[in-house]
Amino acid sequence: MKTVAIVGASLAGARAAQELRAQGFDGRVVLVGEEPHLPYDRPPLSKGFLAGTASRESLDLLDDDDLAALELRLGTRAERLDPATGRLVLSDGELAADGIVLATGGRPRTLPGTESVAGVHVLRTLDDALALQQELVAGARIVVVGGGFIGAEVASTCRALGLEVTVLEALETPLARILGPQLAEACARLHDRHGTTLRCGAAVAGLDTVADGAGQRVTGVRLGSGETLPADVVVVGIGMVPATGWLSGSGLENAGGVHTTAGLVTDLPNVVAVGDVAAYTSAETGRRCRHEHWTNASEQAPVAVANLLAGQPVREYTPSGYLWSDQYAGTLQLAGHPEPGDEIVFTEGTVEDDAFAATFRREGRTTAVFALNLPRAFTRLRRQELRRPAPVG
Amino acid sequence: MLRACTVDELPLGESVRIAGPEPIAVFNADGELYAISDTCSHQDASLADGWLEGCFVECPLHAALFDLRTGVPSCLPAKKPVRTYPVHVEDGVIYVRTEAAEVAA
Repeated sequence: MKTVAIVGASLAGARAAQELRAQGFDGRVVLVGEEPHLPYDRPPLSKGFLAGTASRESLDLLDDDDLAALELRLGTRAERLDPATGRLVLSDGELAADGIVLATGGRPRTLPGTESVAGVHVLRTLDDALALQQELVAGARIVVVGGGFIGAEVASTCRALGLEVTVLEALETPLARILGPQLAEACARLHDRHGTTLRCGAAVAGLDTVADGAGQRVTGVRLGSGETLPADVVVVGIGMVPATGWLSGSGLENAGGVHTTAGLVTDLPNVVAVGDVAAYTSAETGRRCRHEHWTNASEQAPVAVANLLAGQPVREYTPSGYLWSDQYAGTLQLAGHPEPGDEIVFTEGTVEDDAFAATFRREGRTTAVFALNLPRAFTRLRRQELRRPAPVG
Repeated sequence: MLRACTVDELPLGESVRIAGPEPIAVFNADGELYAISDTCSHQDASLADGWLEGCFVECPLHAALFDLRTGVPSCLPAKKPVRTYPVHVEDGVIYVRTEAAEVAA
């Protein structure tokens, strides 16, 4: 193998580039990124970077040594993959590669028809964060649509900036699908405690706008109930869609993400997929899985690269299921694979406390561990109760 | 020089955090005492809350692993070392010599 092209220059792509070198690949590595920016870490975009406390440099994923070992093609969009020749058609030319890593991530879901309305934001990229940051000015009324991790983090950052924030959540309790109702309820209370208005079971019917130059600017959010909430800024955090459109005609199955084996290899043996875009078949359950978390992107790269370089399946991906979220100066941490109906056993504190740790139990075994504001207890629980996760990187 | 705690307050496998402008974490790793900068060089996390294994500590947030002897990370996501500080014990009290901090090249 002489040339490996990595399509997508965020965490999964950057880690794949580092892994190729770490695993001894000495050929050409080309990292293709649609954004013009050097690869950066996204989690701070809703937290420290948005608040203005974390610098752009602190987000850098690759250092000078990493960058010297690869070719960067930034500001370059991948448009087509020709499976017969392994040729990539890029927005600025073609690229021939013997190995390809697909790490294109996804695009945030939007409220249909509101994409060009001023004051309406999504948050996935550095440019998204910069655009939102500009509008977080004193007195701005913020409505966050979606009470998931990104919505909650944006809300907490806005509160720290002293802004008035309302979070609209479609479910009865945000995060209930991940944490179950009891723990999700405890996390939801953080909003109230820190002065954010949380409205659950809320459906967005549309936006009120006024003419603003040549376009429109948001002034309010209309709810299904008929009520309108005044809003100067609306942040939409309602999930993402895997970026696979450019793969039509490649022959790769890509409904709901690029389909891969448990080793993250696609239908083409020299093409692997990592990160938010990879829909792999779980070796354990046989189910197709796709995860949208930092740790997943980070942990998948070494597995996919090992299989790509070996030319055959030598490793399978077993996710640690670790995720964290920083909200209101606190930290939520989850590891493992909780399922609906798991019994929750508190090991420290209770849901009434600001800090607690708990395990999810099913049929006598621990399926997951969770902690709010207790990182030390979390680390111990995770080590004691769960299989040791595969080392990252 | 900073007072950390008494020897009795830091049993095997435990750690203590000294607050300050640059917080310091002191570990008792199998009887050896080590002091390093408490803040992970990757992102804001307290290494005193991490998992101690041999003379390595794993960051509680993103599992970066640091060698307590040198401060050098041995795996991603951290790439930069954390400071290390000499530790000494006098009359049953653990002290950290902050003026003698070192950063591995």
